[in-house]
Amino acid sequence: MKLLIKGGNVVDPVGGTITEKDILVIDGRIANSGKGLIAGGAEVVDASGMLVVPGLIDMHVHLREPGFEAKETILTGSRAAARGGFTSVACMPNTRPVADSAAMVSYIREAAFKCGIVNVYPVGAITRGIGGEELAEMGDMKEAGAVAFSDDGSPVMNGGLMRRAMQYARMLGAAIISHCEDKNLSAGGAMHEGAVSTILGLRGIPASAEEVMVARDIILAEETGCRLHIAHVSTAGSIRLVREAKSRGVKVTCEATPHHFTLTDKAVTGYDTSTKVNPPLRTDGDVAAVKEGLADGTIDVIATDHAPHTVEEKDVEYENAPFGLAGLETAVGLVWTGLVNTGVLTPLQAVAKMTVNPAGILGIPRGTLEVGAVADITVIDPGLAWTVDAGLFESKGRNTPFHGMPLKGRVFMTVVGGRVVMRHGIFENC
Amino acid sequence: MGLKSKNMIGLRDVSTGEINLILDTAVPMKEIIKRRIKKVPTLRGRTVVMVFYEASTRTRTSFELAAKYLSADTASITAATSSVSKGESLRDTARTVAAMGADVVVLRHPMAGAAELLARTVCSSVINAGDGAHEHPTQALLDLFTVREKKGRIEGLKVAIVGDILFSRVARSDVFGFIKMGAEVRLAGPATLMPPGMETTGAKVCGSLEEALEGADVINILRIQLERQQQGLFPGIREYARLFGLNRERLKLAAPDALVMHPGPMNRGVEISPDVADSLQSVITEQVTNGVAVRMALLYLLTGGGVRSETVD
Repeated sequence: MKLLIKGGNVVDPVGGTITEKDILVIDGRIANSGKGLIAGGAEVVDASGMLVVPGLIDMHVHLREPGFEAKETILTGSRAAARGGFTSVACMPNTRPVADSAAMVSYIREAAFKCGIVNVYPVGAITRGIGGEELAEMGDMKEAGAVAFSDDGSPVMNGGLMRRAMQYARMLGAAIISHCEDKNLSAGGAMHEGAVSTILGLRGIPASAEEVMVARDIILAEETGCRLHIAHVSTAGSIRLVREAKSRGVKVTCEATPHHFTLTDKAVTGYDTSTKVNPPLRTDGDVAAVKEGLADGTIDVIATDHAPHTVEEKDVEYENAPFGLAGLETAVGLVWTGLVNTGVLTPLQAVAKMTVNPAGILGIPRGTLEVGAVADITVIDPGLAWTVDAGLFESKGRNTPFHGMPLKGRVFMTVVGGRVVMRHGIFENC
Repeated sequence: MGLKSKNMIGLRDVSTGEINLILDTAVPMKEIIKRRIKKVPTLRGRTVVMVFYEASTRTRTSFELAAKYLSADTASITAATSSVSKGESLRDTARTVAAMGADVVVLRHPMAGAAELLARTVCSSVINAGDGAHEHPTQALLDLFTVREKKGRIEGLKVAIVGDILFSRVARSDVFGFIKMGAEVRLAGPATLMPPGMETTGAKVCGSLEEALEGADVINILRIQLERQQQGLFPGIREYARLFGLNRERLKLAAPDALVMHPGPMNRGVEISPDVADSLQSVITEQVTNGVAVRMALLYLLTGGGVRSETVD
């Protein structure tokens, strides 16, 4: 099977170049790249005016299966990923049962393989049942294919346990992904604590609830030598802590979500539950700090924290609604509209934060278009203007605060392992 | 003249003109309450349904009597005795009530934003009778009415609101209402019960009770919920009473003719000493009567009293 992608602007985030050239894919791998390639029998795709980038990687999604299939399944989540241009996703372990064993990790990989749409990399739980009390069998899970460990959504409150988890993960060479939230500081909160929560009468989650845990985990990472990846940083203080830690050589990386660089707590006015996320939407100053952190490299990765919920779960009183928004299908549009088109990031920087950087943290052989590499390719039309319509999502989740928002920049084609799986919204070969 | 919206969710959303219209309309309503035969046919054939997800005696009774004095039919649903306890969602309960023909739904709910959710769901008028720590607009309207009646004006008065501001919907509605009407609003309470950013409303956050009381024309004492102590938000009732309780001595800091208000129910001897609560300066009982009057005015205006197309600014 041959595929020739012609005339696109090929982005190489490793070499730091954008070159107009062709890419030839043969039998699932990049066979050649250069100008004026010709290949007999190849399917030819005209990519002129488009960006041809390594297949995007979202290192933070919730696929909900098994256990919460009404919210999302591995199939619908995979389709949402492909629609959004992601060829690989790392899924969090807070399923039911929790992905805290080799059997569960294997099950998720096999189920995803049967779907055959995108690469799904399970993240294993740090503690059994993400209960925060005893370590899960991280070694077994690593062998079964877990790419990192996290109790995402249920932060490990016990510092002693987190320290041992880091010692153990370091032995395995795996990163710990920390959802930084001190449950005692965030207790009862539904949104960011500040003037807006005061006016709305909603209990707040202070910035300090995130920052004290970022500080704790940085100190533990420095002490244990473990690689620490901080999920969805949302406050200026967290970013300052990570910047300072990096300057001292601590092995810490972090990610930011599109919603945290796009929206502030003012979006909660009106009590639209699709704005209820954890960590919460913060202030203008925090959004500016996230953008600054993305630009100066403090924030290594853009990840969506794709967290689909059913309409019934979200169509309730704000405090009763679950946290999370469906982010896979709006990410590229928000990155281009909010970061690239506004000059916060160059296209190269943006692509690096969605390809080679997460690949490095997870230790997966993806994120490059070098000859010989697996042909995971995303083609982005940076000039395409479109309007978000949650009703057209591939995800089961309709919970997005971006419904109706005009964006510029959209994924045109998603190629996984040399197969075109999605082209212009149409699914092929799967 | 009429109100712009079919709903009354909070005073943050209404204009000074609308507040004046409600207060003006409440004046003749209060006359009705003082009559021997307290009934006019104004809302005959209209239905007002009270949906209460939280225990409440005075607010529910006040709304119920307000509706009855205007000849409306009333019904009440409380969470413990309804399908709410069977797990029905707020939206479905609201749709059911609206489908039965309610012209006005009065909602009391423990969560902020519930009234707005309801108003988006049904065509009936929705009156927020308190949603979490968000707003309790009819309480603020009765406070405004009481002050205007006693003082002849609201503009330029110094109004102190004291106590648990964090969890108080009364405090928020009072802040919005009194500031819109031109009063100077001061807030005082334990630092742990003072939410951040309160000064963005235009109110002044005071460091002590004494600072708030200095020269005040109106003192509104909020109820302190005993469960806040169990939540660890302040050390204890005894110390609270010592630091933030309004007593004779402290009342002397205020203007000599200052009004003492309380939304009830009172913890006598905690946030307010019994002698202050029963003093000549206290208008606490009067507030209750005025509550019925402003609720009558609101029911009248929301069910088409006045012409909505000619809204006030």
